[in-house]
Amino acid sequence: MKYVDAVQVQKRMNFRLIVNTIAKIIFFLSTVFGLVVLGILIYRVFSDGIGWINMDFLTGKLSTDPEKAGILGAILGTLWLMVVVAPVTMFFGVGTAIYLELYAKKGKLRSFIQTNIANLAGVPSIVYGILGMTVFVRALDMGNIVLAGGLTMSLLILPITIVASQEAIRAVPNHLGEASYGLGATKWQTIKNIILPAALPGILTGAILSLSRAIGETAPLVVIGIPALLIPFPGSIFDKFTVLPMQIYYWTLDSSLVEEYAYLASATIIILLLVLLLLNTTAIIIRNKFQKRY
Amino acid sequence: MAGAMTAIPQAEVKKRANIEVLRTLEQEKEVVFDTQNLNLWYGEKHALRDINLDIHEEEVTAIIGPSGCGKSTYLKTLNRMVELVPSVRTTGVIQYKGKSIFDKSLRVEELRTQVGMVFQKPNPFPKSIYENIAYGPKIHGIRNKMILDEIVEKSLRGAYIWDEVKDRLHDNAYGLSGGQQQRLCIARCLAIEPDVILMDEPTSALDPKSTLKVEELIRELKKDYAIVIVTHNMQQASRISDRTAFFLDGEVVEYDRTDVIFNEPTDQRTEDYINGRFG
Amino acid sequence: MRTNNEPVHVQELISKKKQSKNLFLKFEKAIPIILFLIASVSVFTTIGIIYTLFSETIEFFKQVSVVEFFTGTVLKPLSQDPKFGVLPLIMGTLTSTVIAMLVAAPIGLMTAIYLSEFASERIRKTFKPLLEILAGIPTIVYGFFAFTFVTPLLKHVIPGLETTNILSPGIVMGIMIIPMIASLSEDAMSSVPNAMREGALALGATKLEVATRVVIPAAFSGIVASFVLAISRAIGETMIVTIASGSSKNFTFDLTQSMQTMTAYIVEVTGGDAPAGSTIYYSLYAVAMTLFVFTLLMNLFARYVARKFKEEY
Repeated sequence: MKYVDAVQVQKRMNFRLIVNTIAKIIFFLSTVFGLVVLGILIYRVFSDGIGWINMDFLTGKLSTDPEKAGILGAILGTLWLMVVVAPVTMFFGVGTAIYLELYAKKGKLRSFIQTNIANLAGVPSIVYGILGMTVFVRALDMGNIVLAGGLTMSLLILPITIVASQEAIRAVPNHLGEASYGLGATKWQTIKNIILPAALPGILTGAILSLSRAIGETAPLVVIGIPALLIPFPGSIFDKFTVLPMQIYYWTLDSSLVEEYAYLASATIIILLLVLLLLNTTAIIIRNKFQKRY
Repeated sequence: MAGAMTAIPQAEVKKRANIEVLRTLEQEKEVVFDTQNLNLWYGEKHALRDINLDIHEEEVTAIIGPSGCGKSTYLKTLNRMVELVPSVRTTGVIQYKGKSIFDKSLRVEELRTQVGMVFQKPNPFPKSIYENIAYGPKIHGIRNKMILDEIVEKSLRGAYIWDEVKDRLHDNAYGLSGGQQQRLCIARCLAIEPDVILMDEPTSALDPKSTLKVEELIRELKKDYAIVIVTHNMQQASRISDRTAFFLDGEVVEYDRTDVIFNEPTDQRTEDYINGRFG
Repeated sequence: MRTNNEPVHVQELISKKKQSKNLFLKFEKAIPIILFLIASVSVFTTIGIIYTLFSETIEFFKQVSVVEFFTGTVLKPLSQDPKFGVLPLIMGTLTSTVIAMLVAAPIGLMTAIYLSEFASERIRKTFKPLLEILAGIPTIVYGFFAFTFVTPLLKHVIPGLETTNILSPGIVMGIMIIPMIASLSEDAMSSVPNAMREGALALGATKLEVATRVVIPAAFSGIVASFVLAISRAIGETMIVTIASGSSKNFTFDLTQSMQTMTAYIVEVTGGDAPAGSTIYYSLYAVAMTLFVFTLLMNLFARYVARKFKEEY
């Protein structure tokens, strides 16, 4: 007697294959769902906002009158913020990564710092805002200036910068370092001349991606208390400032009062997305150009 | 303690055997590396046991043995590269020109400046050919452009690769073929004019033609340098070396003139290995 | 070429330079210490967060009892007789998180299954960067989208929907975390050894059966970890709910109403220029502390689960 009935199996097989095909279609639609929403979002923002983008909008001052309002102040604020965030995160991010990957001995201290970084990466951005408000704005009495906002943002993106730099350093093959040591180079000479240059594309890619996170982030700055509208253009890191996401935030909130604000918000979102697109494209170009060299 | 007690006489026997071999050779070349009772552990693993070996000037010393026998470990101990592995522990003495390499007053960087190394896989830096050669002199403080130019040319000529690369010194080294890359690495090593060159299976990643070129180069280099080469290729060892050490399970089974080792080895295990019965 | 024809002696040059090396050597010894100090910044950040939250929270509990804070269903910080119950905020946070997960968990998981088990290499290579774009959109943009597009759209279906409500930001937050679940789950699934798939396929199983009976069970803890991390992300999300859910501190199950989350409360209080030292000001820290503990526990749990998963093969 046969335990497997071929006819029965054949029948079941047809059914199973149909279920398989249906499931495949559903899974595919799920995958597409997010992208459809992305498409709607972008279409919506562009159709609302593109008509509002012109030179006056890009170079104008902030204003309560939608026809006159411009975002140069917010663009400058975003740039000044990066003047603080980029060097600070690079310095501490790469420094920490070098320490953890190349100096720290495997053991309790190293895994403690590593665990700590992993936990920091999961702390909500608004909590960093509270830290920045308490420490930089109030305790150190900086006020809500670019420096305070920049340091807060730096702390926020430090964990992802560290992790990206660590991965870049780890990807440098050991034999390059060995060749350098074999020539009598000291550890720091080897790191400075061989390991860091080889890891640089990876580090830069990671750093740019973290910077774009900082550019789009709003919550910590809201908590720090970035003023709404109508402030002079920032001229240094010690000035008060606003940034693109803050402008979007205020215009969105007030769009129920003045309808045109919604269009201004859309227009600002377009600029913000273009900036992010530019940064991400740069990161991808760097990544592709320097891939697989050894 | 009991283990150590039994180990000592054994080591003594071997040392005496080695001394006897040496006595017959004494009138020849000067000794650069003198290894006495070297033991090495990776964590708990006893990787080298009571090694006694002498490396001579102007000679090629080949180290053969099956993989995992400790031959690469021994090579890397000579310029203390083995210490890049954190859990390494050593006992015993290695004297380089009469001075212990483990001496606190001797910095590893100084040792490695005089004892160069060529690795199993060609490992040029992701820089230009010129920068690869100039790297060593530069880190030791030589910045004069004209002197560097001279060193680069001399080293590339020394490694017989000058004619192949002289027109593209500023191209990336990764554009070279595997064999050229390995000769470039040898040239890079020559640039700081070491006394000894350690080679860790330098041809294992190369095709037969490039292998022959590198072997030719090694034969030329021994006029000026002491060369220690680890190889899994016994033909290679017999072709290029003056002396051969056979390693097995972290011990030196036999160390003698190459022709002796290959023609009339005294130890059965050496004979078995050379005739391809294991390994 | 140099004028004199004397050959260069590199080793001599090197030993000449040796004297100037001593200063450099001191620097070399200092480097690990400098780098350690740099690395300790991340530790001080943690200490800073915990210290600020903790010390101000203690001040808060001197003025409001712990019991009232954790069991009170009324939050009226500005009234004559202020009430500081955190439950409305927790309710708002959990409601929006549950809505988000109802959207993101199935869609994210199915996306992961499609990309890992069904999609060809080419489709995978096109879709993954697109999902990364979705993940890279700033949350403020999602907030704008929820407020000006999704809420009006939902009003057509649910006429009673308020202008600010918890449903719309919940859904949009779900869309925002789809890429996170999809990519982390996909990572977990693609690290399931191919031999396991082939074993099942060789017995005549369909791809769906392989996915549901072999891959998902094997990658289960990785998938769970991705869900937990997504929940933690949703709990900490600020801008979407601040914009689209308003600031009513309702303790309700009615999704059409405005509800405030913990994060939105923090924004409201800091934006309102609460004088330092007032009870409202301190309440901000107590809420932030609650938020911090919630997300920290979630993250620790996710990593615990993920680590167990790694040991399986």
